[in-house]
Amino acid sequence: MPDSTLTCQELVELVTDYLEAALPPEDCARFDAHLLGCPDCAVYVDQMRATIRLTGELSPAALSDEARRKLLDAFRDWRAQPGAAPSAPA
Amino acid sequence: MSDLPSLPSRPDESQRLAALRAGDEAAFLALVEQYHAALVRLATTYVGNPALAEDVAQETWVRALRGLERFEARSSLKTWLFRILTNTALTYAKRAGREITFSDLAGDDDEPAVEPEKFLPASDPEWAGHWAAPLQPWGTEGLEGRVERRELLRQVEAALADLPPNQRAVITLHDVEGWAAQDICNVLGLSETNQRVLLHRARARVRRAVTRFIEADQSAGEPTDA
Ligand SMILES: [Zn+2]
Repeated sequence: MPDSTLTCQELVELVTDYLEAALPPEDCARFDAHLLGCPDCAVYVDQMRATIRLTGELSPAALSDEARRKLLDAFRDWRAQPGAAPSAPA
Repeated sequence: MSDLPSLPSRPDESQRLAALRAGDEAAFLALVEQYHAALVRLATTYVGNPALAEDVAQETWVRALRGLERFEARSSLKTWLFRILTNTALTYAKRAGREITFSDLAGDDDEPAVEPEKFLPASDPEWAGHWAAPLQPWGTEGLEGRVERRELLRQVEAALADLPPNQRAVITLHDVEGWAAQDICNVLGLSETNQRVLLHRARARVRRAVTRFIEADQSAGEPTDA
């Protein structure tokens, strides 16, 4: 019986492939079958989904005024160079 | 003619590019607002300290502007920009004596997603490899908007900061910035499989950190072991 069925310990190593849809169909079926009969692994998968959601809620650091000003200066320097921005009607 | 362009080639991106090349400040600032923080985040995984990462990101923009004329839109503007970042960051990292190879998976990647002692041992006649104790649901969905949820996010942020650089880079781009796997592979020079292995290790570590925090929180005041 240990050949075709997954143990919980095996399942947790497949969870990313499962969630990223990278698991071959037959492994996916074994994964789903295990989940149906194992409430703990169902909790584990929920925890992984919650982990992904929480990570997705991290807000990117805000752009500081100083960084914006420096970048704008860099942009203006670049634009002022001959041949940089061909927009200026000659 | 109300027809859409027949090519699926990011129409707004070519407009953007044209505006940039024309020296349009607003177009540049929009791009900066969109990507600068992510550039700094990724740079941090290479050079370690946030101040240096800011320099790397700034330098990236300067290099991008200088290379703008030569950019041929074979890749997306985003991928191109982040490739410039990784090249710039590697130069800085080398100068600072930090050598990072993202494709190198040796060393830190045999670690299991869950501590082995959480499972019944191979000697168990019936339930080897099954959970030794029931897993408790987190109940984080009920924490929407609460102080506890903000604290939880701080824990996640701290867990990310603790990750090995290659894991941190992948989880940041995939789960924080929402990038497609293919774009991550292009920018970091990883195979799809390696990318997923790194993502797997990273998420597992973050999950363990959150679990520790929640269990400590729940047992706070109770005289139990963790
Ligand atoms: Zn299970």
